Amino acid sequence: MNTMDMLPLIWFAVIGFGVFMYVLLDGFVLGIGILSGFAHGESERDIMMNSVAPIWDGNETWLVLGGVGLLAAFPPAYTVLLPALYLPLSAMLIALIFRGVAFEFRFKANRPRGWNMAFNLGSIVATFCQGVTLGSIVQGINADGAQYVGGPFDWLSGFTLLTGCALVAGYALLGATWVVMKTSGGLQQKAYGWSRMLLTSVIVFMALVSLYVPFLDGDYAERWFGFPHALFMAPFPLAAIAVSWGLYWSVTNRAEYLPFLLSLAMFAVGYAGLAASFWPHIIPPNLTIWNAASPPETQSFLLVGLAFLLPFILFYTGWSYWIFRGKVTRDMGYH
Amino acid sequence: MHLDPEILSRIQFAFVVSFHILFPAFTIGLASWLAMCEGLYLYTQRDVYRRLYKFWVKIFAVSFGMGVVSGIVMSFQFGTNWSVFAEATAPVLGPLFAYEVLTAFFLEATFLGIMLFGWDKVGPKLHFIATVTVGLGTTLSAFWILSANSWMHTPAGFELRDGIFYPVDWWAIVFNPSFPYRLVHMVLAAYLTTAFVILGVGAWYRLKDTAHEASRVMLIMGVAFVSIVTPLQIVAGDFHGLKTLEYQPQKIAAMEAHWETEKGAALALFAWPDSTNETNHFEIAIPHLASLVLTHEWNGELVGLKDFPPSERPPVAPIFFSFRIMVGLGMLMLVAGLTGLWLAWRRRLFEARWYHRYLVAMTPSGFIAVLAGWITTEIGRQPYTVYGLMRTSDSVSPVGGPSVLATLITFVIVYGMVFGAGLYYILRVVRTGPGGHPVDPKPDPYATPARPLSYPDESVGDHK
Repeated sequence: MNTMDMLPLIWFAVIGFGVFMYVLLDGFVLGIGILSGFAHGESERDIMMNSVAPIWDGNETWLVLGGVGLLAAFPPAYTVLLPALYLPLSAMLIALIFRGVAFEFRFKANRPRGWNMAFNLGSIVATFCQGVTLGSIVQGINADGAQYVGGPFDWLSGFTLLTGCALVAGYALLGATWVVMKTSGGLQQKAYGWSRMLLTSVIVFMALVSLYVPFLDGDYAERWFGFPHALFMAPFPLAAIAVSWGLYWSVTNRAEYLPFLLSLAMFAVGYAGLAASFWPHIIPPNLTIWNAASPPETQSFLLVGLAFLLPFILFYTGWSYWIFRGKVTRDMGYH
Repeated sequence: MHLDPEILSRIQFAFVVSFHILFPAFTIGLASWLAMCEGLYLYTQRDVYRRLYKFWVKIFAVSFGMGVVSGIVMSFQFGTNWSVFAEATAPVLGPLFAYEVLTAFFLEATFLGIMLFGWDKVGPKLHFIATVTVGLGTTLSAFWILSANSWMHTPAGFELRDGIFYPVDWWAIVFNPSFPYRLVHMVLAAYLTTAFVILGVGAWYRLKDTAHEASRVMLIMGVAFVSIVTPLQIVAGDFHGLKTLEYQPQKIAAMEAHWETEKGAALALFAWPDSTNETNHFEIAIPHLASLVLTHEWNGELVGLKDFPPSERPPVAPIFFSFRIMVGLGMLMLVAGLTGLWLAWRRRLFEARWYHRYLVAMTPSGFIAVLAGWITTEIGRQPYTVYGLMRTSDSVSPVGGPSVLATLITFVIVYGMVFGAGLYYILRVVRTGPGGHPVDPKPDPYATPARPLSYPDESVGDHK
């Protein structure tokens, strides 16, 4: 395999990495938004929002990278996915607008209630729509060449509603364990409670989704239960069980950093399992990473810059997390 | 009723992109202004520069936030509403958008966090670097997005096979013929937009007899800036116009409402273009001026719209008027700059109340001029998305009209709410002012007791 043939593989990895970074990083921010509805009083909400205020913007940028990266490296995936999910993605964008401006406006308003609600509902709707999108990709989107063929509600199914709810629970778990890590006292104790409850629901949702997938069209059943494929897939459920147990243990024993790190690991396992399920498709059933790849001139031109810029981005992103490390309190805040 | 997804998608794109461009147009210049204030503070240690920084950074935070959320919408529009265009142009334009994210968006987003919340987390010098980096990010962003936009006007460096644009020469793609002119024109426009807001706010404080020291700095710097940059912008606009004439003669003909090809063409100051009858009503024109401006020759020949079949012409009236609005505002800006210089020379800059009222009225001039300019160039590109090669009607997604109508209505309502709230908070910051007296007598520049996140009303005095 020469370098040119490698390009789609590399780009699949890059896009996969970008989307994964988004899921993790905005995942916990959206999770905080979801949980903000359960916070008591403005003081707890202040602390929760302060813990992510300096970094949420950078986190959301990974979504834009995922979007334009897909456009550049696998144009048909972009041009099929977006029209197919026109309504849920538009709803997600609107929700992200409310979520985003709430960071700025909430503290300026005389009556913050409206913006509290914008932050809370915006986060829930955005997350749900992202879960629906994920579910739609798994259940497959029909395409003719690089264009979507189908109606405005083809994405709507029991499965996509399930993945939507599952992601809400998943992001909330990331958010809860982030709060555990970044706060102390009463709010932290509350977050331990949330984490435990959410862990249970995430496990239930993961099980439901896993049970549902083999009944979808496509070769999922063959891949998960047929021999020898099942051997390659077996590590994923096993790892999920191990991580879940570790998470349960760390929350019960009031570890501060471990619950968040293990929640990230939980997402990593689920994400890798999904990628393995539909490899080498990028949007099942018609688009693979080979037939959806943009010309090698395009992929290589962008890869050259990416090779230099991505490490740099990761470096200064890490640096900003380092600057804002440590526990957040309301009166301390960032100033 | 038949809902045409093409026209609805066009309205939606025009709406979301017009809304979005207001914020970059403002924050590009504002980031540089903040960097200048902070740099001057570090250098001179004069407290007024610190106060100016603390004041404008609140306005920057709100504007930037609205720019970010409305920008994310843009990155999805190509796919949701223009997927056929996206499919055809992705190999060429995709990397330009991606480079914008990689070189600019991450930089801006991350360093903005440090700029806003890193006061006592990093030292003054590092904080200054963060401010400069955000400014750099805004300009890099303009570089890439204007390159992509310019390529749609003057496509280059590609090979068209089976309806897909394949890249051949990246240098030619990025630095396509209209790009350098458009970039300079837009960046200067962004700086002028910010400068007139700063001038307007400064002048308003003069009229209100408050924030004396800060308003003087705003007036002096603003006048110095616009008196230099407005003439430069007029020259840059002229160059941009000449390039447009070379590559998009229909657009120029429509901007000037020229129907006949003629030598020594007149410049219409006012007219009512009538596309059906291919003529102008109520025309007031200056003979030879259009030829002089566009060809720099007294009897230069200008091509008229009748030389192009109606299917190749852009809509005439909207861009005829939008162009005149832009140029008219440019002239009013020039007057503002030159008058300011004269008043400064006569040492009356801080006292001439009529001039301050003029500046207050000019506060939104940059925004209107930017919108008018973009309307001119974008409607002028019609009926194409990729000029001469891909028609707008062949670019639209296979999405139903009702879906697009639903999202369009939602965007209008949501943007109305968000913009209304944002504008309200910005005006409240302006009303509160940069504070005549330092809130905090401590020497540490970044140790003001701000409530976290609450930039816009940290000095309102309602510390809860």
